[in-house]
Amino acid sequence: MSIKLEHLSHQYAQNSASSFYAIEDINLTIEKGEFIGLIGHTGSGKSTLIQHLNGLLKGTEGSYFFDGEDVYAEGYNMKKLRSKVGMSFQYPEHQLFEVTVLKDVCFGPMNMGLSEEEAIIESKKALEAVGLAEKYYDKSPFELSGGQKRRVAIAGVLAMNPEYFILDEPTAGLDPVGRDRILDLIYNLYKERNMTIVLVSHSMEDVARYANRILVMNKGHLMFDDKPVEVFRHKKELERMGLSAPETSYVMEELQKRGLSVNQDAITMEQACDSILEALKEGKRL
Amino acid sequence: MNIIKVKDLVFLYRKKDENGNITQEIRAVDGVDMEVEKGSFIAILGHNGSGKSSLAKHINGILFPTEGHVKVNEMDTRDESKIWHIRQIAGMVFQNPDNQIIGSIVEEDVAFGPENLGVPTDEIWERVDRCLKAVNMEAFRESSPNKLSGGQKQRVAIAGIMAMEPECIVLDEPTAMLDPRGRQDVIDTIHELNEKKGITILLITHNMDEVIGADKVFVMDQGKVVMSGKPREIFTRVEEIKSYGLEIPHATELAYRLRQKGVNLPKDILTREELVEAICQLN
Repeated sequence: MSIKLEHLSHQYAQNSASSFYAIEDINLTIEKGEFIGLIGHTGSGKSTLIQHLNGLLKGTEGSYFFDGEDVYAEGYNMKKLRSKVGMSFQYPEHQLFEVTVLKDVCFGPMNMGLSEEEAIIESKKALEAVGLAEKYYDKSPFELSGGQKRRVAIAGVLAMNPEYFILDEPTAGLDPVGRDRILDLIYNLYKERNMTIVLVSHSMEDVARYANRILVMNKGHLMFDDKPVEVFRHKKELERMGLSAPETSYVMEELQKRGLSVNQDAITMEQACDSILEALKEGKRL
Repeated sequence: MNIIKVKDLVFLYRKKDENGNITQEIRAVDGVDMEVEKGSFIAILGHNGSGKSSLAKHINGILFPTEGHVKVNEMDTRDESKIWHIRQIAGMVFQNPDNQIIGSIVEEDVAFGPENLGVPTDEIWERVDRCLKAVNMEAFRESSPNKLSGGQKQRVAIAGIMAMEPECIVLDEPTAMLDPRGRQDVIDTIHELNEKKGITILLITHNMDEVIGADKVFVMDQGKVVMSGKPREIFTRVEEIKSYGLEIPHATELAYRLRQKGVNLPKDILTREELVEAICQLN
């Protein structure tokens, strides 16, 4: 059970003077049950890449195998692919359109062929999962706050029960409380429902905290594909790509330079805190 | 001298039903007093819905006070004869660049503002050059904005405002969509505009590390200003700031956590350098 890309490329504006490769020669396997962080500077090809995963874009070269089946073969059931690979775009709340919250969430599952009754059952489950109380079901989605709207939009994808869930910068524009709510929700889907997550983010802190594998895109190429600690060891390369390591890594690096022996692989606040405490205790400075 | 004076400002959003009857009133801004000194760098914090964007939209006359008043260079925003002048003095950059870009080529988009102001052609191109360079987008000068990513568009939008050379720029979460370098470029750019050109900056953000360099911070909650002061004063009040659903800068947070575990660190750490220095001073 996996997503498998082989030598996948996508050339925009093919056969014209302004043609260019948005992604080029991507080789990638995503197994079920992973939590993947996808990072890259703006325009690096992240969004183009993920739009291939649920078949919104078709590679101009290369292949895509989903659960071993060739997605680009004639007669492949794209609808099935899209029901298994759910996708939440940037600012998904801009895509809300129905008159009530519940109807909006029902749109996806009904479009997939579920009856209204079944769709309502799935939608209620999804709304519960995103933490939206029943009193909102009959409200217009446009009466909700920004964070709530985003959770409705995410529920709309969840209600289709995807196996893979791709989220393109789901926390952009949210305040700290709204952001943590969304991230906790995503982590729960991964932990409790064993959903495979691909989280596109500009926050190194967020991917360091949640992902167990990080993909780094640069100029249409997949530059790194490794565990977070491994990826964040490449500070200089990441900086050259317009990215960075988590702020914590820089603190640890500076402390090491100043002679305090701390864990250079600490990439989260918790790890940094523990390692500094330990180093201070060892040096009898605490 | 104060470029912006906000006095007893109240703004009500009124929800109406089909018949035009008012069904609900929301006090988005609820009695705000605020004075901004010319040339200063101000940060406004607050969770979503705290009223900070509504306040910002009063400064260049997108919204008008229900009660109280807002003055920009002593001109009242309610005075219709002054509104265009006020909008030239106070430019605004929004969070979503898609709503701000109108040109079909990047350089045209940036030129739109100064052209509208009647700036001579030679100077328009000189400003376009300088502003695109400042936001690191000169390579895209002849591109179509449609082909840019969200972050690139935002930098073009900022260049467009810069090209009008306003005395004050209000930026409503301008970095929310940017990658780390894009974010740093924008923050560096607005600091440079502030320091070298004396442009007054009002920055609305959720990223606390962007606030460290500000002269003054205002924290809003439920339409009111609940905290104000220098970043170093504001961020030592950790519990209070968290109670408003906000965070503190990264280094301040790490110092705070270490202090809770008994490490004797000063309360007013803001930057990475200060944190490292303080830890190394322990003995």
